[in-house]
Amino acid sequence: MRATSTAFKENATQALADARLQKALVFTRPAFPTRRAAAVAQLPEFEQLRDIARDIKDHTLANLDFYLESWADKVERSGGQVHWCSTPDDARAAVLAICQRVGARTVTKGKSMISEELAINEHLEQHGITPVETDLGEYILQLRKEPPSHIIAPAFHLNREDWEQSFRASHTDLPPDRVFADRRDLLAEARAELRARFLAADVGITGANFLIAETGSSVIVTNEGNGDLTQTLPRVHIVLASLEKVVPTLEDACTLLRLLARSASGQDMSVYTTFSTGTRRPGELDGPDEYHVVLIDNGRSNMLGSPFQPMLRCIRCAACLNHCPVYFTVGGHSYGWVYPGPMGAVLTPSLIGVDQAGHLPNASTFCGKCESVCPVKIPLPDLMRHWREREFERHLPSLTTRAGLGVWGWFARRPMAYRLLTRAAAWGLARLGRRRGRLSSLPLAGGWTGGRDLPAPEGDTFFARYARARRAGPI
Amino acid sequence: MSREAILGAIRRSLGRGAVPRDLAIGLQARLHAHPRHLIPARSRLPRPQQVALFLRNVEKEFGTVARVPAAAAVPAAIAGYLAAQNLPSSFVMAPHPELRAIPWPASPLLRIREGRAAPTDLVSVQHGYAAVAETGTLMLPGTPDRPTTLNLLADTAIVVLRASRIRGALEDAWDLLRAEWRDDRTGGFMPRNVMLVTGPSRSADIEFTLELGAHGPRRLHVVLIDDDPPAVE
Repeated sequence: MRATSTAFKENATQALADARLQKALVFTRPAFPTRRAAAVAQLPEFEQLRDIARDIKDHTLANLDFYLESWADKVERSGGQVHWCSTPDDARAAVLAICQRVGARTVTKGKSMISEELAINEHLEQHGITPVETDLGEYILQLRKEPPSHIIAPAFHLNREDWEQSFRASHTDLPPDRVFADRRDLLAEARAELRARFLAADVGITGANFLIAETGSSVIVTNEGNGDLTQTLPRVHIVLASLEKVVPTLEDACTLLRLLARSASGQDMSVYTTFSTGTRRPGELDGPDEYHVVLIDNGRSNMLGSPFQPMLRCIRCAACLNHCPVYFTVGGHSYGWVYPGPMGAVLTPSLIGVDQAGHLPNASTFCGKCESVCPVKIPLPDLMRHWREREFERHLPSLTTRAGLGVWGWFARRPMAYRLLTRAAAWGLARLGRRRGRLSSLPLAGGWTGGRDLPAPEGDTFFARYARARRAGPI
Repeated sequence: MSREAILGAIRRSLGRGAVPRDLAIGLQARLHAHPRHLIPARSRLPRPQQVALFLRNVEKEFGTVARVPAAAAVPAAIAGYLAAQNLPSSFVMAPHPELRAIPWPASPLLRIREGRAAPTDLVSVQHGYAAVAETGTLMLPGTPDRPTTLNLLADTAIVVLRASRIRGALEDAWDLLRAEWRDDRTGGFMPRNVMLVTGPSRSADIEFTLELGAHGPRRLHVVLIDDDPPAVE
């Protein structure tokens, strides 16, 4: 996928003016946190499990070479093949070679973010092979030629009217005057369309939520069952997985699974959690004759041993997106590459460079919500701050930004001047916003007030209050 | 070679060479021992409550349940379910010895085909290997007598499960498989495919609103055989 992250500001401006997008964002925004909170409330051990999950991932990353080799040996013993690919080019070539060798005409696909990273669909199309996305959300995006805007709910930015419109435009063999009374009719039509595709496909491509070193298995987690049909019906199953998906044992996977669905969609467990280990065994009536895992580095090994290593713990649950005020203001497409939201703001500069994606770690209010809901406790705001520092060191921010930071730095180093300035500002803003308790426009802050109001300060600075409280007694 | 290139890159970043021998022995031992982590208390219950928790969770995830006293009662339970749902009384069934041993002729109207599911099959009957009370999850290993397509292709998936196979936590169900299954190819316990199924297929991709029956079954019906006296209150 070609990155447009350098245009984050323009993308965001467009997104703010896009009434349909804003409608979808407003509609969906409350659902994610509510569902997660309800699921977490039902599991008293949730917080302890987060610590354990972090430790499992840290242990695995510290010994990643060992666990990958153990896993690969088991894959080969079960009749599968591992293709080690350092770059997206290597991975695309590996996938294409398999498809061409078996004479594939159509390929069904389960939802996979790494396949977006590789832009595998375009590559297959260029070589005369038709990829068919089978996850409902990815399917409509393929019809609309749009990238996903969310890592687990790829098409939530679309409203029902958009679905109807795309289905009418694409399924031209169906009666044009058919009625879509509710969402179920849309679902039924997609199901029928895709059933035929599942049965016709020569190759099925899925991602992997986990790879299990102990058994050589790949694991996918879905609600629709599309990933399972994708990996069960065709003769050839190709798994796309990045290095950091490996975990040592089934017990390690159990702990991560307890966190994954709750953090993602607020389910205790997704509908289908499926472990695939090699090719069809003698006597089996189902299953692929070929099982390939295309294992992809694409920048991950560079993150090991760096301050960004904790990002490799990520299990792609999307809790950080779902709780992010910035993400829900500008939507996922604004981020301009595969991974949006806080996890994208950390991962994207690591994978495509801070010169390409420097805006992303700046698009955060550092409210800290992302870190507080992350099931593997990735210190996302901290890592974004690391990127900001690197960006500044490389003189990438604009002159205005640097000048502004210079002014702030001057005051920050002079506490008396800083307190005077903030006292004046707090007093002034409090008077300005006295009537409504908020400010809807401010000189030099149009960028802020264009999208939302600024709550008016109460008239006092933090320092003043703190000093007063100290005088009143021990805190 | 790419394998060496990637492993080399990992080792360089981690600031070391290959994992030293003594550490590798420790890591191998961890794989071998596969230690459990914290297991939520919710499924640590006396047997009857554990089975009840399983059933409650199946229903919470939009599955349905029929509880029968013995295998002999399964045909009537399935015939009754199909009639109530207005479904045809024919289905495709897993070629599993336990299912074959059920006295099907007791319900002469049922038409049964054994094998994998075809796209035209409306109803499938699968053999439930084990189940997890913690989440209402069925463990369905894909083996010659338990075809994977039976979990996926039919509109209505019926799973026949013995109550004695219900376990508390997911780890307990894996332990059953570890103890009971041998894969001839690898010598390990892992079959080619293991599906953990929690309720019927669904999607929330349209306006983040849940609808059942996305690509897999619209209905999931568990016929539970009470073969476990301590589980019955």
